[in-house]
Amino acid sequence: MSSEAQPQTTAHATGVKEPDPKILVFCCNWCSYAGADLAGVSRLQMPPYFRTIRVMCSARVDPEFVLRAFQRGADGVLVAGCHPADCHYIGGNYRTRRRIALLKMLIQQFGFDPDRLRLEWVSAGEGEKFQKTIIEFTNTIKELGPSPMARGDE
Amino acid sequence: MAEKIKIAQYWGAGCGGCDVALLDIDAKILDVHAIAKVVVWPIGFDGKLKEIEAMPDKSITVSFYNGAIRNSENEHVAKVLREKSAVMIAFGSCACFGGTPGLANVTNKKEIFETVYKNTPSTDNPNFVTPQEHYKAKEGDLELPKFWDSVKTLDEVVDVDYFMPGCPPTVNLIAMAVDAVAKHVTTGAPLPPKGTVIASDKTLCDECKRERVEKGKRIDKIYQAYEIKPDPKKCLLDQGLICIGPATRAGCGAMCPNAQMPCRGCMGPTSGVTDQGASMLSALSSIMNITDKEAQMSEEQIMTMMMQVKDPLGTFYAFTLPKSPLRRIVTEKKRKG
Ligand code: SF4
Ligand code: SF4
Ligand code: SF4
Ligand code: FES
Repeated sequence: MSSEAQPQTTAHATGVKEPDPKILVFCCNWCSYAGADLAGVSRLQMPPYFRTIRVMCSARVDPEFVLRAFQRGADGVLVAGCHPADCHYIGGNYRTRRRIALLKMLIQQFGFDPDRLRLEWVSAGEGEKFQKTIIEFTNTIKELGPSPMARGDE
Repeated sequence: MAEKIKIAQYWGAGCGGCDVALLDIDAKILDVHAIAKVVVWPIGFDGKLKEIEAMPDKSITVSFYNGAIRNSENEHVAKVLREKSAVMIAFGSCACFGGTPGLANVTNKKEIFETVYKNTPSTDNPNFVTPQEHYKAKEGDLELPKFWDSVKTLDEVVDVDYFMPGCPPTVNLIAMAVDAVAKHVTTGAPLPPKGTVIASDKTLCDECKRERVEKGKRIDKIYQAYEIKPDPKKCLLDQGLICIGPATRAGCGAMCPNAQMPCRGCMGPTSGVTDQGASMLSALSSIMNITDKEAQMSEEQIMTMMMQVKDPLGTFYAFTLPKSPLRRIVTEKKRKG
């Protein structure tokens, strides 16, 4: 699941090299991390451009974590948690979905494409959904290109 | 008495409110006068930059700098005062966090000049003449400060010893700071540790006298302040007004909630967090109502609910945009693929 050993650039058909996307994935301990783990042990193939941070609950993802990730050059942030009604802490994911909705509005005001932030529910049994989410999200981020944060405006 | 200490007060990108605020301490200003000679204070005294520049380093005991840093002159004076002062205080929300002028980080120099010097209805400027940094006049060369794309906080350009938030800082907090300096000078009492925020370490809600109805109270609907007449005793947030109190440092005495207006957060983040906006975003998300139907709700429905917050950036970062993790807006390139 780590991309440590990956080359730092991807050669495109045009020959122009673009840096690899940097995607940060927060997984809650009880469902999504287990789902990600299942994807791994099932040897499901995924683009290797994401780093996973395990948190106890999706609600542990302080909105500031997301903003700091973008500040430090993340091209995309994915927050994965238990399906509604399944959060280990009963309502953590309900808070999460409210925060993510507001955060999407907020990063859009900051000039980011809101699609750079994604929320997905992944249960412990959904290794394939984790794989599908990573593939889709990586494609979205590749379409969007590098985060505008890196370029600055001044 | 020993020789008087020297104090300086200067303004960067601010409204002037902070510059006047020092006078609000009424009779205490005499304490200041008793121990201090003011070397520069734009609205109070004359005092020329040349004279300050000629002073020995650290010869000013304390400088109060208000206003944000938005052009080269703001930065230059901040640097001169830093060099000449033993203690540098960021005075007011603009100097501490960027304040209201910091909201200009949603735009840039080009757009600001176009609005100000071309597009406002009262502007008649067909040749779009804008301020030039250098101008050769018959009488000599003229210079104007360089205007930047982004507003910065004081501590982005110089080392700051103490922070006094507030828009402007309240009389109590100013008196606290003046006392600390006066005691230090007259009795040798130690100054607070470097980096201290001269305010309370609590949250505004701790200071606010309004009743929080029930613990775990949730709201369905968000109102703008003009839409309802809130119950005068109850917590404003509980009534659906976005009051930034939970994410704001105490110290002002909850002035705005006392006047039936929700707090907008001018005292900046509480001591436990660095980003006031994210902290309020979190608090607000937690009090939005959850019903039995929650599990059936789609993310679109949640988005509709949260879109009641009309302007998240302006609401959560009314005073702290340049201090926020993202600092200013950016521009996406066009999507590929
Ligand atoms: S902090 Fe408020 S009162 Fe002080 S200069 Fe800024 S806008 Fe004016
Ligand atoms: S949210 Fe506002 S009104 Fe409610 S207790 Fe806090 S400061 Fe007072
Ligand atoms: S209530 Fe809020 S906005 Fe009003 S003075 Fe206090 S901190 Fe500033
Ligand atoms: S424990 Fe998985 S979202 Fe709360």
